[in-house]
Amino acid sequence: MEHYINLFIRNVFVDNILLTYFLGMCSFLACSRQMQTSIGLGIAVIFITAVTTPLNWLIKHYVLGKGALAWAGLPGVDLSFLIFIVFIAAIAAVTQMIEMVIDRYSPALYAALGIFLPLIVANCAVLGSSFFMDQRGYTFAESLVFGCASGTGWAVAIVLLSAIRKKLWYSNVPGPLRGLGIAMIATGFMAMAFMVFAGLRF
Amino acid sequence: MSLFGRRERDIIMEGIWHKNPITYLVMGICSALAVTVKVETAFIMALGVMFVMAFASMTVSALRHQMPVSIRIIVQILIISILVIIADQFLRAFAYDISKQMSIFVGLIITNTLVLGRTEGFALGNPPWRSFLDGFANGTGYGLVLVAVAAVRELLGNGKLAGLQIIPESLYGAGYANNGIMILAPGAFFLLGIIIWIQRAISGYREER
Repeated sequence: MEHYINLFIRNVFVDNILLTYFLGMCSFLACSRQMQTSIGLGIAVIFITAVTTPLNWLIKHYVLGKGALAWAGLPGVDLSFLIFIVFIAAIAAVTQMIEMVIDRYSPALYAALGIFLPLIVANCAVLGSSFFMDQRGYTFAESLVFGCASGTGWAVAIVLLSAIRKKLWYSNVPGPLRGLGIAMIATGFMAMAFMVFAGLRF
Repeated sequence: MSLFGRRERDIIMEGIWHKNPITYLVMGICSALAVTVKVETAFIMALGVMFVMAFASMTVSALRHQMPVSIRIIVQILIISILVIIADQFLRAFAYDISKQMSIFVGLIITNTLVLGRTEGFALGNPPWRSFLDGFANGTGYGLVLVAVAAVRELLGNGKLAGLQIIPESLYGAGYANNGIMILAPGAFFLLGIIIWIQRAISGYREER
């Protein structure tokens, strides 16, 4: 249990997927103008990474990996070059399905999250979590924890940036630096602050 | 219609300078910053993005009348991922060390919003040759920023440029030290912020708050 808690804390704070690996920058910068939007998008990303990372683990270990098709009587087949296309297709399909389910059973939640769901397919943090899961050789349980953690890390970062940008609204930023430029520099300071967590161990 | 008429030249200039994908469009930063610790990886990444963008735009544009509107996003993503698989397998076959260093970031060209943004925003409404040029020009503009960031990071962080020692040993003897923050994530954020600042100060583009 301790191992999983450690893995979670580590991936939220120390190896934050956005501030250390730069994944998900596009929607991070585009959707952090308002607090409400960033909270909604953050929750949606946590949800999708928590579902798709373990799902892609299953796909990798039972369909695509080297010798993964042994259960179907094809032990010599290695389809791992298809990982890119299958992972992104799985993410797109899950996002679409969740969108339809939410629309059917919880219109209120759909009204809050619905507009963010299409944005998530093109969010590198989601696909990146699956790639990291594959590269680091996690077990199934670890990949579930890692999916939750990397989504949470991303959500924490975007909510923090939207708070900073709200404050920036009242400051006199030089013209060419306004918007994207100052947001990048603020993110740099956030990344620096998060480096403090590197000494954190449980 | 000539191959490089006025319109075609405009497309190229817009992609590289006036509407530079990183500083103007705010796109494609995701998979880019992590490969800019060294000029070598940044350059390979830039080539990969140029290849994928140029051919993705051309393919999408050639298929634009056959593609049903409702599933166009997924079709575009599939076209892009096929091209990324080609680029990745090529790198693994001919430059295995570099492909190891870039780890997952070649695969993440798929979700590079810039590629999807140009196929969706330009290629769907323009003929194949112009879309090819647009993809190529935007890939070049993107690559230039990438290499610029990488050059500064490598020079200040390691004292090297493309693997060659630039800062002389005698300077280290006199007390000069490499700037460690440039190798780490915050350095990349600061540099990109500053590059955006400089580019916008010259090109005159301003954002509303």
